[in-house]
Amino acid sequence: MLKTISLAAIALAFSTTTSLAATNITWWHGMAGRNGEVINEVAQKFNASQSACALTPVSKGTYEEALASGIAAFRAGEQPNILQVFDAGAATIINAKGAVIPAEDLITKAGYSFDRNAFIDGVRYFYADSEGKFVGMPFNSSAPIMYINDEALKKAGVEAPKTWEEFEVIAPKLKDAGFIPLVQSQLTWQFTENFFSRNNIQFATNNNGYDSVVDTKLKVTDPNLEMMFEKLKAWKDQGYFAFYGAGWNDNQKVFEEGKAALWIGSSGSFGGLQKTATMPFSATFLPYWNAIKGAGTNSFIGGAALFAMSGKSDAENKCVADFFQFLTSPEVQYFYHKATGYVAITKAAHELAQKDGYYKEKPVAEVGIKQLLLPAGEWSKGYRLGFYPQIREIMEREYGRIFSGEATVKDALEAIEKEGNELLARFAKTAG
Amino acid sequence: MSEASPSPWPSPRARGEGNAADNGASLLPAMAGRRWPAGRMRGRFKDQGRQAAAKRVQFASPFLPYLFLAPQLAIIFVFFYWPSVQAIQSSFYLEDPFGFGSTFVGLTNYADVLKSTEYFGIARFTAIFTALVTFFALAIGLLLAVKADGVIRGNAAYKTLLIWVYAIAPPVAGLIGMMFFNQHIGPLVEFARWFGWDIKVGLDYFDTAFAMIVVAVWKQIPYNFIFFLSGLQGIPVSVREAAAIDCRSELRRFWTIILPLLAPTAFFLLIINVTYALFDTFGIIDVMVKDKAANNPITLVYKVYMDGFRGNDLGGSSAQSVILMLIVLVLTVFQFRFIERRVHYN
Repeated sequence: MLKTISLAAIALAFSTTTSLAATNITWWHGMAGRNGEVINEVAQKFNASQSACALTPVSKGTYEEALASGIAAFRAGEQPNILQVFDAGAATIINAKGAVIPAEDLITKAGYSFDRNAFIDGVRYFYADSEGKFVGMPFNSSAPIMYINDEALKKAGVEAPKTWEEFEVIAPKLKDAGFIPLVQSQLTWQFTENFFSRNNIQFATNNNGYDSVVDTKLKVTDPNLEMMFEKLKAWKDQGYFAFYGAGWNDNQKVFEEGKAALWIGSSGSFGGLQKTATMPFSATFLPYWNAIKGAGTNSFIGGAALFAMSGKSDAENKCVADFFQFLTSPEVQYFYHKATGYVAITKAAHELAQKDGYYKEKPVAEVGIKQLLLPAGEWSKGYRLGFYPQIREIMEREYGRIFSGEATVKDALEAIEKEGNELLARFAKTAG
Repeated sequence: MSEASPSPWPSPRARGEGNAADNGASLLPAMAGRRWPAGRMRGRFKDQGRQAAAKRVQFASPFLPYLFLAPQLAIIFVFFYWPSVQAIQSSFYLEDPFGFGSTFVGLTNYADVLKSTEYFGIARFTAIFTALVTFFALAIGLLLAVKADGVIRGNAAYKTLLIWVYAIAPPVAGLIGMMFFNQHIGPLVEFARWFGWDIKVGLDYFDTAFAMIVVAVWKQIPYNFIFFLSGLQGIPVSVREAAAIDCRSELRRFWTIILPLLAPTAFFLLIINVTYALFDTFGIIDVMVKDKAANNPITLVYKVYMDGFRGNDLGGSSAQSVILMLIVLVLTVFQFRFIERRVHYN
């Protein structure tokens, strides 16, 4: 906290001394480490590209902390111009009518044209309202993809699976070759939300929550999801799948050490994995079930978007619009894509990266964007669920119980649906 | 802190107040109003003459004492009573996180909390956790103090080493604990494996609870050690010598003479330790569950944080903190009514 304050103070002092005439705008985000540094670089590039506006990024800790700080600041009338909000918090901020200026309105008001079709399909709907208007500006976008330990597959003499059926065939061979066949890092994102998107199954009523907050209900007792978790449990018992708890890194570590053959991570993990992995690796799409009709659609976007907070002067809003324009330019997108591993969100940026030969050199970097570019199904566009961070906590708890043997899959999913629906009903009351 | 003279230690009263202030709003309404028996506590020190200090001091104006109290009262009001009143108020409302609209819902938030079996599971764990942490932290602290008190040569070094751990901040203690219990590299996990126990912190409910209790106890032992040691040094040598003439068994002397004389210190530490286990272990728990509580055990305070700060459910989280305040109030009243009666200060 102290660090954040002092950093903010330094940043503020810096920005006021260097740009006396410029309009100052602030950007609160939830990124740390290398990704946080890249944000500073993006801001520096923006400040260097023009002189009317001076942007100051401030790290607020994690995604959850950034959202909580933004909310507290808004209530005190001290909100930043731009707030980064993660996928699970999207409903909270989008349903708070009046807290944000929709990105699309902001940009058109500043005199720019806004083309929704310039964005790749997978990111176009997630932070938009039910009419498709962009409320948040997609920023760091990722997809859950499967990383492959090349040595392990070679040793076992198998090919990477496209479907879970294929995985079931190769898992015994991988195990015999001395590897943990499968690990994953986030059951909520990778095996629940994106189970529904990849297999094109409805996640919640009211059009996955987009149409209304009233009476929206989860559909997690879906027999297919139950089958998925029964399989995971059986695989774990057979030694085909290992689970090290809800912590992301505990599960990633065995893959980095070369002990696991396949790991479901994020396309955004690529940057870090290049440094930490002890063996050559590649990546492919998150598998789906061939047996499910219509499966194989694109995945939901993960990551976060930028929201322009309301209650600011026109001059500041103009600067935010300028920044959003700058951010979506192909060059900046390509820079950000290369520096972090997050996918490029515009088609133009994707083409630029292709033309530049980046994917020939690093094919793994294109897997996430390709998965988002797969044909969309009826249920793979997104979800909009209130109090969703809390619902995820319930899922984490119940999934942990499945694998520690405290609960059956059926009971766990029923508990998630019951408690999740209670939270959705509460949210409908607060938003109503 | 390493000197061995009889009273370089802060007086229990002064430390007690400092700590009560650290421990959050919910404790203070209960404690601030109580009389900490300054005169009575001081009576257990050898220096009998100091009892005169308990005599009333006369002020020239009747308002003067209030003036002196004003800064402290202002701090209590601004940092403890005001937030408490706000928490009570918002516990009756359902509010959207950004504060655009709030609806009065009466006791719905309380009903939702009390209907939840999950909440009772967390409450049960909190009770067990608090009882075990308090017991072991006090017992081990007392044992070490008694042993250190008996050491003659090099006692300063002993004491310093034992007190050392107290300087570690709870999240750091949590981090160190997490390293010891790490699934991949933890030395304690390796050690337990020799005995056929596969500790899986973060995965197995019982194992995580065990690790949390070990780290929480470890962190609190030095604090208890300091107070027990100063308490032991406050017991007059003449009393000990007289007891030694009457009774040969050291153990029996401890139970019948030393422990009753330590009772005021022990009672004070009991309250501080219960508060510690309920509230101050937050940092340890946060680090040990690594931001993802999942199916791991958590305490009521952590649940308030999860729902309020991460889930943005202000009404529900406020209702939980009011329930917590009531629990502490009842606990404190109980401790003063029923346990303090058995404590003799003179």
